[in-house]
Amino acid sequence: MIDKTVASPSAAVADIADGATVMIGGFGTAGMPSELIDALIRNGARDLTIVNNNAGNADVGLAALLKAKRVRKIICSFPRQTDSYVFDALYHAGEIELELVPQGNLAERIRAAGAGIGAFFTPTAYGTPLAEGKETRVINGRGYVLEYPIAADFALIKAEKGDRWGNLVYRKTARNFGPIMASAAKCAIAQVRKVVALGELDPEVIVTPGIFVQRIVEIDVADQLSAPQAAA
Amino acid sequence: MKRFTREQMAARVARDIPEGAYVNLGIGLPTMVANHLPKEREIFLHSENGLLGMGPAPAAGSEDPDLINAGKQPVTLLTGGAYFHHADSFAMMRGGHLDFCVLGAFQVSASGDLANWHTGAINAIPAVGGAMDLAIGAKRVLVMMDHQTKGGESKIVAHCTYPLTGVKCVNRIYTDLAVIDVTPEGLAVVETVDGLAFDELARITGVPLRRASATAG
Repeated sequence: MIDKTVASPSAAVADIADGATVMIGGFGTAGMPSELIDALIRNGARDLTIVNNNAGNADVGLAALLKAKRVRKIICSFPRQTDSYVFDALYHAGEIELELVPQGNLAERIRAAGAGIGAFFTPTAYGTPLAEGKETRVINGRGYVLEYPIAADFALIKAEKGDRWGNLVYRKTARNFGPIMASAAKCAIAQVRKVVALGELDPEVIVTPGIFVQRIVEIDVADQLSAPQAAA
Repeated sequence: MKRFTREQMAARVARDIPEGAYVNLGIGLPTMVANHLPKEREIFLHSENGLLGMGPAPAAGSEDPDLINAGKQPVTLLTGGAYFHHADSFAMMRGGHLDFCVLGAFQVSASGDLANWHTGAINAIPAVGGAMDLAIGAKRVLVMMDHQTKGGESKIVAHCTYPLTGVKCVNRIYTDLAVIDVTPEGLAVVETVDGLAFDELARITGVPLRRASATAG
């Protein structure tokens, strides 16, 4: 019997090793798999490359991982936020490498990795500083930039419900990067609010089919919905 | 000199957005446009983080941390709205499916180049988000900004001195002094604030302007 559920967040991330590339889902705190990140901090892996849209909020989740000095490089679109002081300090101290990627290019590079695309031409960033040094081409009169996929060793994502085959559904805008990161990582680990019985998820509405998910951990965070949230 | 208020600017942009349009409103000033879209007009607001049919802010106490906009503020979903993942959301932009986006700007050039993501200051942490994707993606790119910097320099320039967000991507500029179209023949003034003569606007702007034909817009 196939059962992708894992007993605890710590067990789920136990084999993330030094130097790994880890995608972390979430847009700000919506969809951020905080319990898996906390487990990754306890795991102790360092020299990580992290892929996320942002660079952490306040002192929790991704920001806590940065604060613990576990991250060598971050690939993101929007590091600077009102409460990104942990990243800001590391950046100004030269203690973290930043690869800044326009958000749509970030999403498409992740999608491309999961879809087996070798590279793609995108109009986004053509003629801007973020295309400097990159191959370009004019196609049908329009300028494009060649972008390469971003793949990962692990993806840590958050979903609403999952089953033992790894099928997932999400909740509202917490979906964001989850489905594409799951497909782009060798090992995708999903924390879900509830693991449901096989067959309970309507096959017509499953968002991430289980083939993209290797591990699933149930963490009931319903009570977090009423907890204070970090500001944007 | 008389100037359009921010509310007037937002209302003026809203006038140009017809029923059925798919629209992305950027962070900051453009967000105000939503308040001026007539309720009887069905318009689909898109948010880069994966929703179409975005509604207004929820009542106090009904915020849902899983339902936010690009500025990471709590929002609501209209009946008929939809959620989707990030690659789909940016396919809507890059693929030319959005009819309009409304963006703020540091500078717009006479040829429609946009600079709105980075001042280029050496110590500033760069952050781009979805700005570059929106700039090249929407069918019409509308910019809302003050006409001049606080120091009185025109933000409409011959060539942008700030780092570019997109090349030749802006279609129409709404400032506190005027509405100006970017056309292949140069900048065309659609309207000006009451009491501001065309020649005075041209002097303030410092790049060649012409009057739009009566049929433009």
